[in-house]
Amino acid sequence: MTGSIAAIGMGIAVIGAGIGIGNVGAKAMEAISRQPEAVGDIRSNMILIAGLIEGAAIIAIVLSFLAR
Amino acid sequence: MRKILISCLFVFGFALFLNAQDHSHDHHNHDHHNHDHHDHNHDHAHKDDHSSHGGCGHHEVDPATWDPAPTAFHHISDANVFSIGPFSIPLPCILYAPDHGLSMFMSSKFDFDWNAHEGTGHKAIDRYVLDLGVVRRIKDNSFPMGEIKIDGITHKKENDVTVGYVCYGGNKYQIEDQSTIDGGVFGGGMTSFYDFSISKNVISMFLMVLFLFWLFRSVANTYKKRRGMAPTGKQSLVEAIFVFIQDEVAKPFLGHKWEKFTPFLMALFFFILALNLFGQIPFLGGSNATGNLALTLVLAVITFFVVNLNGNKHYWQHIFNFPDVPAPVKAILTPIEILGVFIKPLTLMLRLFANITAGHIVIIIFISLIFMFSEFGRNMGIGVGAAAGSVFLTLFMMAIELLVAFIQAFVFTILTASYIGAATEEAHH
Repeated sequence: MTGSIAAIGMGIAVIGAGIGIGNVGAKAMEAISRQPEAVGDIRSNMILIAGLIEGAAIIAIVLSFLAR
Repeated sequence: MRKILISCLFVFGFALFLNAQDHSHDHHNHDHHNHDHHDHNHDHAHKDDHSSHGGCGHHEVDPATWDPAPTAFHHISDANVFSIGPFSIPLPCILYAPDHGLSMFMSSKFDFDWNAHEGTGHKAIDRYVLDLGVVRRIKDNSFPMGEIKIDGITHKKENDVTVGYVCYGGNKYQIEDQSTIDGGVFGGGMTSFYDFSISKNVISMFLMVLFLFWLFRSVANTYKKRRGMAPTGKQSLVEAIFVFIQDEVAKPFLGHKWEKFTPFLMALFFFILALNLFGQIPFLGGSNATGNLALTLVLAVITFFVVNLNGNKHYWQHIFNFPDVPAPVKAILTPIEILGVFIKPLTLMLRLFANITAGHIVIIIFISLIFMFSEFGRNMGIGVGAAAGSVFLTLFMMAIELLVAFIQAFVFTILTASYIGAATEEAHH
């Protein structure tokens, strides 16, 4: 079996981002259920934060490509 | 409101219908194709006993070692032919080699099979060859210039890298890709030629720009004609999306300057959205324009300039000389902030590229499952079962991809808006 250890690093980075985005989504759902009238603000901020977390994961994935 | 909902449902249903259509066709084609392959292999196996082909020509696919990755990369990469379904349409090639100069011709000159999907040329022109729809160049200077009939193109795996060879006159000549400026990060680098062709992605970009121009012209004219009246037709769809971006993205993030940047944000959003959705239409070239690093790089560079040219005093102060922070912390903070200026557009570029490309690859891998399970048509029973499962998975993935097309266009726009908003914010402390 051949492969690169960078692939494992990529997987770990994605686990981190998954936990992070999961937390963002969970808290956003809580916030929406608490204050349904603020759903618009919460949704756009949720997507913004999820995008920023995703950015960290993407940098890790690219670095794992580089380290190949 | 009901009309908007109905239009959205119609668009969604139409996309699903198109997807479904593609799958039934796709299987048909591939099955058919496979049969062809099989027959060819037989022919070659017989001929090989009598004459040598120089290692070129068709090879029997070995189901045990077949790797779907090259197939996936072939489908997501840019091409110099536009394949609609099983047919290939030639596109203009504009190639520049420092040792030869500029060459311009249609890719039909490579003499590829117009009714085959792969687009592999049977001729070399000034050492350029068409390899699986992509123009490549023969490295060796001893290869003759002009139009030369070649025996075929073969690929070999050497040190984990697939290298292509052209067979001509019993010899093998290595071929190389066009120059890219990624410096080897994504497997490219500087080579002997540059490709400025009107490629598949460029054509789809032109098509989408024309489509958006037509759409917004006609909607704008309707607004002029029907001033003060309820929106009709195309207006209903465009206005809903337009007002959403204006109210959810432009106004909250840009404050009172939102009117200045709204045209830029709208152009970004609709351009990305149109290309994302166009790439989703199966059978229409399957162009992967927003999944191309060059295109997302250009979008990110434009964002970079818009953000930094509009940055005010406070923006630059927060980068180079963060206020109310002790000097040792500044020494750490300033390099991080300077890096951040470049990392922001970099992640914009990679996020769009990675999301769209990943979606396309997953769909191709699901389709490839059919061929892996059925061992390339040798085991039809399992093949039919795998096809049923694969169609279900692919339809599910296609539906997710429609969602992703909207979300990624929205994320690109909202992040751009937040960067511009942070750069133009007035101090209030």
